[in-house]
Amino acid sequence: MKYFKLLLSLAVTVALVYLLNTKMGVAPAFGKFLNPFTGFWQNAENTKVWKDEEANLEGLKEEVKVYFDERLVPHVFAKNDEDLYYMQGYITAKYRLWQMEIQTANAAGRISEIVGEKALETDRMQRRIGMGYGAEAAQEYISKDPASKKLIDAYCNGVNAYINTLAPKNYPIEYKLLDYKPEDWTPIKVALLLKNMANMLSVFEYDIENSNFIAKYGNEEFRKLYPDFIKDEDPIVPIGTKFEAGTPKPEAKTTSYIGHRTSDLYSTVIQKPDEITGSNNWAVSGSKTKSGKPILCNDPHLRLSLPSIWYEMHLVSPNMNVYGATLPGSPAVVIGFNDSISWGVTNGGRDVRDWYKIKFKDSSRSEYEYNGQWLRSEKRIEKYMVRGKGEVDDTVIYTKFGPVVFDENFGTTDSKKNLSMRWTAHLPSNEFKTFYQLNSGKNYDDYINALKNYTCPAQNFVFASRSGDIAIKEQGLFPIRSKAAEQGKFLSDGSTDKDEWKEFIPNEANPTCKNPARGFVSSANQHPTDSTYPYYYPGVGVYENYRNRRINQLLTDGKDIDADFMKKMQSDNFNVHASEAAPVLLALLDKSTLTKEEQRMADAIGKWDYYNNANQIAPVYFEIWWNELRKLLWDEMLDKSVPMKQPNFYVTVAFLKSDSSSMFYDNLSTNEKESRHDIVLQAFQRIKDTLDAKQFTEVSEPYGEDETTEQKELNPHDWGTYKATKVSHLAMLEPFSSTHVYNGGNLGIINATNTTNGPSWRMIVDEGAMKAFIVYPGGQSGNPGSKFYDNGVKPWSNGEYFEANFVAKGEELGAKKLFLSTFKPK
Amino acid sequence: MKNFLISVTLIATSSAALQLFMPWWIIAVVAFLVAYFLKQNALAAFGSGFLGVFLLWMLCAFLLSAANDNLLASKVAMLLPLKGSVKALLLVTGLVGGLVSGFAAITGSLAIKLND
Repeated sequence: MKYFKLLLSLAVTVALVYLLNTKMGVAPAFGKFLNPFTGFWQNAENTKVWKDEEANLEGLKEEVKVYFDERLVPHVFAKNDEDLYYMQGYITAKYRLWQMEIQTANAAGRISEIVGEKALETDRMQRRIGMGYGAEAAQEYISKDPASKKLIDAYCNGVNAYINTLAPKNYPIEYKLLDYKPEDWTPIKVALLLKNMANMLSVFEYDIENSNFIAKYGNEEFRKLYPDFIKDEDPIVPIGTKFEAGTPKPEAKTTSYIGHRTSDLYSTVIQKPDEITGSNNWAVSGSKTKSGKPILCNDPHLRLSLPSIWYEMHLVSPNMNVYGATLPGSPAVVIGFNDSISWGVTNGGRDVRDWYKIKFKDSSRSEYEYNGQWLRSEKRIEKYMVRGKGEVDDTVIYTKFGPVVFDENFGTTDSKKNLSMRWTAHLPSNEFKTFYQLNSGKNYDDYINALKNYTCPAQNFVFASRSGDIAIKEQGLFPIRSKAAEQGKFLSDGSTDKDEWKEFIPNEANPTCKNPARGFVSSANQHPTDSTYPYYYPGVGVYENYRNRRINQLLTDGKDIDADFMKKMQSDNFNVHASEAAPVLLALLDKSTLTKEEQRMADAIGKWDYYNNANQIAPVYFEIWWNELRKLLWDEMLDKSVPMKQPNFYVTVAFLKSDSSSMFYDNLSTNEKESRHDIVLQAFQRIKDTLDAKQFTEVSEPYGEDETTEQKELNPHDWGTYKATKVSHLAMLEPFSSTHVYNGGNLGIINATNTTNGPSWRMIVDEGAMKAFIVYPGGQSGNPGSKFYDNGVKPWSNGEYFEANFVAKGEELGAKKLFLSTFKPK
Repeated sequence: MKNFLISVTLIATSSAALQLFMPWWIIAVVAFLVAYFLKQNALAAFGSGFLGVFLLWMLCAFLLSAANDNLLASKVAMLLPLKGSVKALLLVTGLVGGLVSGFAAITGSLAIKLND
């Protein structure tokens, strides 16, 4: 009996320890997680006491001082560039380690190592599009440039120096929740992060969607719904600018586009955003500003996430004094300013991915047809160490036309539908060098020189200098495409060299605009040029048509512009799209059958000033009406097994206005034959149902714009509440997210904030006052337990800014200094 | 009673000291050894084991969280889910440690009885 009791008690104890030490499903290992000595309580950092600190670090050459200011922005003062980047790595890791690792794991297709099989398909997609392959090519290329290699190595050493200081109790909380640990940081991870950015911003191609559309609905409808240029085009390089004749020489030699001829339909595409999210940047010259010096602005729109995608830093060495947004895990400042110049980026959106149909000789897929011969394919075996399952292997076949992304092993069962993807991000390139040279740049020539190294993703780099220049250039590496063949618009033939990329547009010929007569340059993901540009590029559904026109209007009208003018402008909520669409829709709406409530809604839209401010009701009605109408109108394109691109907003409005009859007006799911009047009415009648069905959650912190207006009392479901902007934690953990952010804006509006996306960084650099104003929807710390985790969300939502402490010496911070870290060589 | 109080104190202090460099489950070893050497009946052993770590973990967690204005704890208490109640999270934390220590202490007290 004694023994039995003892054994029973021992068994219970051991079982308890085992269970509490093991992660079960999504639940953490509770003993590990909850104990206050190594568990999450250790991450509950002190919010009140900040002390100066000192440390000796292996690999540092000279002393480095890092001053943290009142928003926890580090001001790094180093005596040489290697130490500077070493310290950038060290400090970034200190505040953003988990984010750096999870983003690279995502880029590398390694999430299943952390969360198990549920992430395997996403991981496979990442590897099949050649993220690892592209990163390896980039890293190999970069390591041939000794200066770049030295600085990237220094950065990695800094990250690793920090990781080496960590005991398990110091791991960021996400490691404890998911029960894993950090690994070494290496140059390949830096390359992976840049490829990750390239991947996010390279999705604007619709080769397969376009081929599907033509196969189903024919060429004539395609021309109407997917024009390369629209009427109201306001390109980045102003209309009328003369381009040098250029050398559209070996115009790709032919037109053998199988997309035109095939009746095959393809079900496999890369997921794309529904409508274009993008970014804004602009710079005005001294002729339009109060100070007589340029002002530069940038707000890149990305998925809103916590920890924030950007980490704000000030980096000072004898070679540079630069301030701005850094990408955690990658050295240098990506968007920012120094004591001589400022720059910012928007996505170029140019089509940099082409799809090719590959014809294999036999089922071994070792050879594929090319110009009547059989070429050997290369096989790359991707190994996945799936947590809780073990190793899973996947073979990806590489051809002259890139990796075969979709084949019988992925996405389709049809062994004939092998689609490979040619992508400029697979070409060797050194984007780091661009940022490094911009960081230490002094003038326009330095800027143009720096951009030469930049390949993918295509970006519109805006520029301003203290000496008075403004400029913008769409930079990237682009294949020379045949205009006659509309090369790159459709699925291409991979069995010949006819559709192959042969040469690239010379760097000097990339669209550039310097000191234009109108006194400003700008970009908002619109067409880079008008149709007189000597090189062809597909424009189908790729470019935005609204923000650019509003920006250019405001800047044309603006006089004596100062930073306050720009602050208002970055938060501008005027909805150009609605101002064009609402009158068309209202004219098509048969009001005779409307209920009293519907009549009131129609009146609200009729009286609307087209501002998507948070406290307005009309934008809610319009948004639902428009979205429901698109579903009814383009229902022909909703079938997921035949992906097609919905025509963009601009084309849709023009179509509704001018085409009194079309096969697309008919709703396929009904027996009746609908007209445009019918579907406009049906969509309108869905507004009430949609509102009734939507679960509204109370705005937890009703901050933002004025809430006590008459309209607010009329209906609590105003635009800010309806839109319910959310800044989500990267692992989608709700309590670590900022939810119910109450603000205005929408896609297609300068303040491009919708529910999940928005300006991820707002920056205004006033070259005259030598001041910069910054805000972003997050905070400097990646720790959900820090008061600096999401402290920027509220001011960001309100359209407020922080002035950057662009000090020449740390001591100048004065009372704004939070603490000083001094690092010395070991 | 004296043994009980000594036992609680010993378990709490040794657990605190050892956890600074050992994994959390060292508390089970501590409670086992203390109960083995300080003779108590099984119930008292459980009580002292439980209380020693229950109080230790709650106190440490409370102090850490207080300096953090409960910022993190209130979020974790949403995650677990405990409706955001930091008090409930402190209690759960204490219970987890207390139960392990308590059962280990019973085991210790039963083991010593083998010598009787």
